[in-house]
Amino acid sequence: MHGAAGNAARLRSKTRLFTVIVVVSNVTGNSALTHGMKQLGDIGNSPLSLIGALFHPWVALGVALLILWTLTHMALLSWADLSYVLPVTAIGYVLTALCGEFLLGETVSIAHWGGILLITAGVTLVGMTTPATTSGAAVEQIT
Amino acid sequence: MIKWLLVLTLIASTTIGDVARSRGMKKHGEVREFHPGAITQALVTLARNQWVILSTCAMAVSFFTFMRLLSIAPVSFAVPVSAATLIPETILARLFLGEVVDWRRWAGAGLIAVGVVLISR
Repeated sequence: MHGAAGNAARLRSKTRLFTVIVVVSNVTGNSALTHGMKQLGDIGNSPLSLIGALFHPWVALGVALLILWTLTHMALLSWADLSYVLPVTAIGYVLTALCGEFLLGETVSIAHWGGILLITAGVTLVGMTTPATTSGAAVEQIT
Repeated sequence: MIKWLLVLTLIASTTIGDVARSRGMKKHGEVREFHPGAITQALVTLARNQWVILSTCAMAVSFFTFMRLLSIAPVSFAVPVSAATLIPETILARLFLGEVVDWRRWAGAGLIAVGVVLISR
């Protein structure tokens, strides 16, 4: 039904959409979790205190967003390469840094701008590659 | 001491989690339908996928280790450490998952790893 080119274009736009959801749910989920954990302070090593932390509202919100991240990350990896998904979703580090700095009204240091530049260059470079390189035959082989 | 034990656990569990998840999901095949019925169906199938089970266990370990690390170390330490998984995972993607990792992916992973260290200071 679809030509090879049509299929590649379809996968590419589907990959873009899922990458955005994966990144946003990860960044917001981790921020909420970090915020909650900071409010709780050192919680010790016992598994019970870790489970208790899950009932803190910010931690709970973080966990809900990270469940969304898990499901969309799994879906994305059902067709896209890990060596594509991992670097491309690293743009989340830039979003986290920028959001944090703008929310706190801090100026972004030279080192941070350098880091942002390197990450963005890396993400762009990997983003130019084909998202899925394991062909049907290769997928059969590893299953 | 406990800090470096947590770092080691974090890197190992995240790497195993991501690689096993990728392998399990490739075995499952491309997810094409996203209505609630299809998602439930896929989750039921995935619950019996041994790679996905391994991945979920490893991710749970990774998640609690990261929470624990955040409670004893600053974010500026925990985040770059968690980004170190980029390198072993790219190597395993090529060797174990059979992905074509061309120079752009290697260079991209390297640039990002350095960038994350800079951004976390």
